[in-house]
Amino acid sequence: MEPRPKSFYVLTAFFVVFLLFLYGPTLTIGILSFQGPGGGLTFPMRGVSLHWFRDLFQEQAVGDIWGSFARSFVLGLMVMVTTVVVSVMGGLAFRQRFAGSTVLFYLIITSLVIPSILISLGVGLIWSQSGMPVHWATSGFGAQLTWTLPFGLLIMFAVFNRFDKSYEEAARDLGASPIQVIRHVVLPIIAPSLIGVALFGFTLSYDEFARTLLTSGSYNTLPLEIFGMTTNVTTPVLFALGTLTTGFSLLIILVFLLIVWGLNRRRAKQGSDAGRGML
Amino acid sequence: MRNHSIIGWLLATPLTLVLLVFLVAPILMIVTVSFWGATEWSIYPAFQFDNYEFLLGSNVTYRVFFNTFKYALITWAFTLLIGFTVAYYLAFHIRSQTWQIALFLLCTIPFLTSNIIRMISWIPFLGRNGIANSTLMSMGVIDEPLEWLLFSDFSVILAFVHLYTLFMVVPIFNTMMRIDKSLIEAAADNGATGWQTQWHVIVPLTKPGIMIGTIFVVALVMGDFITVRFMSGSQSANVGRMIQNDIALLQYPSASATAVILLITVLLLIGTLLRFVDIRKEL
Repeated sequence: MEPRPKSFYVLTAFFVVFLLFLYGPTLTIGILSFQGPGGGLTFPMRGVSLHWFRDLFQEQAVGDIWGSFARSFVLGLMVMVTTVVVSVMGGLAFRQRFAGSTVLFYLIITSLVIPSILISLGVGLIWSQSGMPVHWATSGFGAQLTWTLPFGLLIMFAVFNRFDKSYEEAARDLGASPIQVIRHVVLPIIAPSLIGVALFGFTLSYDEFARTLLTSGSYNTLPLEIFGMTTNVTTPVLFALGTLTTGFSLLIILVFLLIVWGLNRRRAKQGSDAGRGML
Repeated sequence: MRNHSIIGWLLATPLTLVLLVFLVAPILMIVTVSFWGATEWSIYPAFQFDNYEFLLGSNVTYRVFFNTFKYALITWAFTLLIGFTVAYYLAFHIRSQTWQIALFLLCTIPFLTSNIIRMISWIPFLGRNGIANSTLMSMGVIDEPLEWLLFSDFSVILAFVHLYTLFMVVPIFNTMMRIDKSLIEAAADNGATGWQTQWHVIVPLTKPGIMIGTIFVVALVMGDFITVRFMSGSQSANVGRMIQNDIALLQYPSASATAVILLITVLLLIGTLLRFVDIRKEL
C-alpha cells in the first residue's frame, strides 16, 4: 500500500472533531443525567446518583411519560409495518412506467419536502371540520406516514436500481408464476434492505414531532411529552429521560443491525452471492 | 403495456391512498381555509382575501421570510462544507470497506435518535454557566460569560448544522462511491495537483449528491419551527413559527394563508433545484 498523504491526517482530525460535534452533546447529557440530587443542568457534578432516573418512575412528578412511551412504541410498530408493506409495493410498481407514475413520484417528493407543520395543520383541520376527534392512532398515524413513506420509497428505488433482473428471468424460465417470482426470488434478495426500511419507519415515527403535534389528540406521544417537559422542567430529570430514550433508540438500531448481519452471514454460509453490494 | 399499467396501479394503490388522504387533501384544506374568516374563538367559511392582504401588507412578514432564507442559506453553506469534507474522507481516504461502512454508520446513527433530545443536549454546553463559557473563562479568553451562545441566532444555526449535516453526508458519499477511481489516477497522471483534481474532477462528478443534500437541508430548514423556537428561546422567528403562533391563537385562516405562501416558496425552490438532478437515477 502506498503511504498516506498528509491530507489524510488533516482529514482524520477533521472527522474526529465532526464525530465529537455529533456525539459530544448527547454524551454530556448522558453523564449529567447521573447528577447528584442537588445538581443542576450543567457541570459541576454534585455527586453521582440515580436520583433523576428514580424520579422518572414517580409518575406525578413528570407527567405521563410511561403512557406516552407505550403509545410511541405501538405507533412506531404500526408505522413500521405499514411503511415496509406500502414501500415494497410502491417500489415494485415503479419498476415499470404506468400512467400517472410521474405525478405520483412528484407527490412523494412533495411529501418529503413539505414543511411538517402544514401536514399537522391540514390534517388537524380536516379532522376538526368533519367533527372527528384527532387521535394518535388515526390522524397521527397517517400524518407520520407522509414522513416515513418517502424515505422507504427512496430506499426501495435505490434497491431496485441495483437489482439484477436476470434472477427473475431465470425463475420465470423455470416456470415460476409472477407471485412465486416475488415471493421466492425478489423478496429474499431485497430482505436486508427491508430491514433498513423497517428501521427507518420505526425510528422516524418514534422521534417524529412536528407532524404529530396537531394530529395526536389529547394523548401525547413521547416526543410531544418531552417537548412539553422542556417548558416546565428545569432539573436533570430531563436529561435522564433523554438518556433513556436515546439508549432505547440505540438498542433498536443495534437489534436491526444484528438482524442484517445475521441474514448476511446465513447467506454467506449458503454460498449464495445474492444481494451483494445492496447495502 | 395495458397489463403493466393495471398491475402498476394496483401496487401503487395503498401509496396513492395515503398520499391523497394525508398530503393532497390537507393541502387543499389549507388552501380553502386560507380564504376563510375568523373570530376570536371560531372560524367560518368565506371567500375573502383578507388573510392574504394582511399578510402581504405587513412588514413583519417580509422580515420573517428574510430571516427564514437567512437560516437556510447559512445552514446550507455549513452543512455543505462539513458534509462534503466528511463524505470525501470516507469515500477516498478510508481504504477498507468494513471501516467505510462502520464509520458511515457512525455518522448516520444520530439521525435515528430524537431531534428534541439532541437540541436539549446543547443546554449544558451553551448555557450561561455552561461548558463553553466556563472553559473560555478558565482559559482567560473572556472575563464575562458570553450571553449569545444560547437562545440566539448562533445557537439556532448551530443546532441546524448539528441536526442536518447528515443529510449532506449521505447523498454526497453515495455519489462519490460511484466515481470511477481511475479518473482520479488519470487526472494525476496528466499532472493535475490535488486541488485541481478536487475542483475539476471530484466536485463536478459529485454535483448530483450535492443537489440532493441541498434539497433536504433547504426543505428542512425552511419548514422548521421547533428548532427556531427552542434554540432561540422564542426570541427569533421564522415562517414556521409564525404559523405556529397563529395556530396557538386559533387563527387557522391566517395560519393557512401563511402556510400557503410558505408552501409555494418551498416548492418553487425545490422545483428549481430538481431541474439540476434526476433523483431517481442518482439513488
